[in-house]
Amino acid sequence: MSPRSPRSVVLPARHRIGFPRTLHPAAWWVWALGLAAAASRTTNPVPLLAILVVGAFVVAARRSTAPWAASYSAFLKLALLVIVIRIVFQALLSTASQGPTVLFTLPLLPLPASSGLKLGGAITLEAVLSATYAGLQLAVLLCCVGAANALGSARRLLRYVPGALYEVGVACVIALTFAPQLVTDASRVRAAQRLRGRSTRGPASLRRLAMPVLEGALERSVELAAAMDSRGYGRTTSGAGNPGRARAARRVTGGLVLAGLLGVAIGVYGLLDGTASAWLGLPLLVTGAVLAGLGMHLGGRRTGRTRYRPDPWALPEWLVAGSGVLAGAAMQFEVALDPASLSLASATAVPPVPLLACAGIVLALLPAFVAPPLPVATRPAAPADAIDPAYRAVA
Amino acid sequence: MTGPNADTTAMISMRGLGVRFAEMAAPVLAGVDVEIPEGELVLVVGRTGTGKTTLLRTINGLVPHFSGGTVSGRVVVAGRDTRTHPPRELADVVGFVGQDPVSGFVTDHVEDELAYAMESLGVPADVMRRRVEETLDLLGLVDVRDRPLADLSGGQQQRVAIGSVLTAHPRILVLDEPTSALDPLAAEEVLATLQRLVHDLGLTVVLAEHRLERVVQYADRVLLLPGDGRVVDGVPSEVLSRSPIVPPVVELARVAGWDPPPLSVRDARRRAPALRRRLAALGSPAAQGSGPEARRTGAAVLARTAHLAVSYGRVTALAGVSVSVSAGEVVALMGRNGAGKSTLLHTLVGLRAPSGGTVEVGGQQPARMRPVDLVRSVGLVPQVPTDLLYASSVREECATADTDARVEPGTTAALFERLCPAIPAGRHPRDLSEGQRLTLALAVVLAAGPPLLLLDEPTRGLDYTAKRRLVEILRDLAEGDHGILLATHDVELVAEVADRVLVLADGEVVADGPTAEVVVSSPAFAPQTAKVLAPEPWLTPGQVAAALETAEEAVSS
Repeated sequence: MSPRSPRSVVLPARHRIGFPRTLHPAAWWVWALGLAAAASRTTNPVPLLAILVVGAFVVAARRSTAPWAASYSAFLKLALLVIVIRIVFQALLSTASQGPTVLFTLPLLPLPASSGLKLGGAITLEAVLSATYAGLQLAVLLCCVGAANALGSARRLLRYVPGALYEVGVACVIALTFAPQLVTDASRVRAAQRLRGRSTRGPASLRRLAMPVLEGALERSVELAAAMDSRGYGRTTSGAGNPGRARAARRVTGGLVLAGLLGVAIGVYGLLDGTASAWLGLPLLVTGAVLAGLGMHLGGRRTGRTRYRPDPWALPEWLVAGSGVLAGAAMQFEVALDPASLSLASATAVPPVPLLACAGIVLALLPAFVAPPLPVATRPAAPADAIDPAYRAVA
Repeated sequence: MTGPNADTTAMISMRGLGVRFAEMAAPVLAGVDVEIPEGELVLVVGRTGTGKTTLLRTINGLVPHFSGGTVSGRVVVAGRDTRTHPPRELADVVGFVGQDPVSGFVTDHVEDELAYAMESLGVPADVMRRRVEETLDLLGLVDVRDRPLADLSGGQQQRVAIGSVLTAHPRILVLDEPTSALDPLAAEEVLATLQRLVHDLGLTVVLAEHRLERVVQYADRVLLLPGDGRVVDGVPSEVLSRSPIVPPVVELARVAGWDPPPLSVRDARRRAPALRRRLAALGSPAAQGSGPEARRTGAAVLARTAHLAVSYGRVTALAGVSVSVSAGEVVALMGRNGAGKSTLLHTLVGLRAPSGGTVEVGGQQPARMRPVDLVRSVGLVPQVPTDLLYASSVREECATADTDARVEPGTTAALFERLCPAIPAGRHPRDLSEGQRLTLALAVVLAAGPPLLLLDEPTRGLDYTAKRRLVEILRDLAEGDHGILLATHDVELVAEVADRVLVLADGEVVADGPTAEVVVSSPAFAPQTAKVLAPEPWLTPGQVAAALETAEEAVSS
């Protein structure tokens, strides 16, 4: 190998860290799922809050102006609601005494002793805290999904459904479009009911609402099917000449994908559950992934479809996805090394700081800096040199 | 294209084509023989229910492969027989755009939608990229390339729908009523695009359209469906001179005795000087008493808004609108899509509360009224009349309308019978024609006897016959002291029926005055007759005919 000066290495733009473009949505999902996997293994509020902060920071740094990017705040509100519900239920409905530290006492509603329930009575600090921690875990999981959706929308991710699962992907895309459409239709028909002088409440009005909405949805579906058919949907370019072989190939593909996905599901369960024996986890996950990948490759070859302007998978994608995976892996190691640091001995104890896990989570901050910034739409009318270079540097 | 049918030179050839659907007594199409050569713009005309859509759908095989039905004879498209080629196998030859572009969208993004057909056809990525860029330029969509489809205007959506089939490089483009939902300027935009495709790319375009006045001048050929399954094929002026449905400019030609009839305003204007001089000698239509009824002074004001403002979130729909509608007048509300027309109507029926200013209907605030009281003072026929209908038969629909409005049983049925006679009471509302359905919705709304009637885009999808009937009904209602406010893009309807025109733009009233004053001067809202006869303020062929008749009578007596 001849020695080369660093200057001669020309990195393609897609590998460059600061080059503006949209990141592959799958990278965002891998990153978020890594964080979610980490959150699922601990009830210790320290790493949980760290995950929440990391997620929020990255969303704030890299989200777009698209409508789905606003969905993160909706997920945050939902997460708060989860915590509140958890506290209310555990504090009010707990079966036995939760601890010695009584915060305040509510009037106790007498329930038959055989039910084993109490309603009201003493509300203890222990009950409130343990409910908060348990609720926090679920809330953090929700926020991880929210972050993934805000950064790489589920709809954009669906573009990358493998060819073998293409039909399923299309069905999901259409469902995502139809759901808001149904809501609009329903509000329009409700308005029309008011125009007829009907009250818009009660079961009778529901039937009158459902009929026109469903009829409209059905009509639109038929229209859509006709449009898709006329635009070549389901036209396979290879294997069309031999229907028998095509059918056999379809069966093999289907079998492989199904077996593979089953393996992946059991493997993930084994890895994250912790109580299942270790042989169930990683090996099954790997075998399942290989089988599913093989099936999808075979199936994808059959359809002969092409993809328009796929997002590249380059260095930033590897870094983003990798940081998420590392956060999950660090937590996994922590579970193996020091499981005690991941759960609290008692609800009132000061939570310990699991160092390895926290280091992994901090690593997941990386995307806020290495993910490419989003390109700003330029107006074609404005010449590029009309922008003041100083201003451009600031922007 | 080589193949078993390469001998035919026509791009589309229909030989002895017949289509029959199982549930219908008569065939929709029978014995159709049509040859369409490459590079023609063909217009398919006919009343609703005469089989226009069916004819278009045979071209790419949706009939019978998708819709069912029995097809006899054969259709050969660019050398491929549709008997053996289902629509997806014709996707690279025929681009088909259905009636509602939005319901045909598979993705939610402009570029993805343009690429969808090519992805299905397996076009290589680099070719795909190039074609998307070319199509964006061709259809003027560059500025909206990365916008969600839902954010586009109607005209842009229609152009995306056209673009999404063009990227597959078809040789034939089939469009079913491409401009029916668009305002006049957006319609011009789409039609100009189509014309460019025909002239620059040599594409063969087949389109169906109700509003002949918009398209007939661009057509090389007209296929007229009289309704008995036949197809009359010929050049536009020849077919239209004996067609029962004609655009106003041809109607004017019949009144003036021009033969062959001119098809465009330009041609008509060249022959009009003599007519203009004759009409100028007769005075204005108002003096003739043949114009829409002059506004009565002292009529009761039914609805009034003052500085009305309405906003959705941070979007302003109405910004300080002050209007009033009196008993016995027909007011047309015009303006481009999104100008706030529907919002104004919705505020008047209390579906929207005002964010500022006041709105009064019959002296009360509509948003605070109970539905039962509201329907007695104002009625709205919404843009989609079927939203109002939910029963499974006309009879049942009328009966529920009676109970809803708390009127004598039979009131609605009697109204409907008067507006639209001889409809079997057992028929399902969805099986009625567009015009009959609109009339049924109108009867349902009128059952409670509201003095003020609002209509949102009533002529969408109506043919000329249904439209003429609607005009008669609206005039009768105005005679009976109803106040009518209709939001519409249809300039010809406005010319026929409206006393006064309100033009909204950006949530503000930019014009408010008698129809003749407002529309004659406007390039977008002037009806064809006014364009031909300007500066004389005549709006409809009917007015001209009546005036000429009175003049002749005066001479002969």
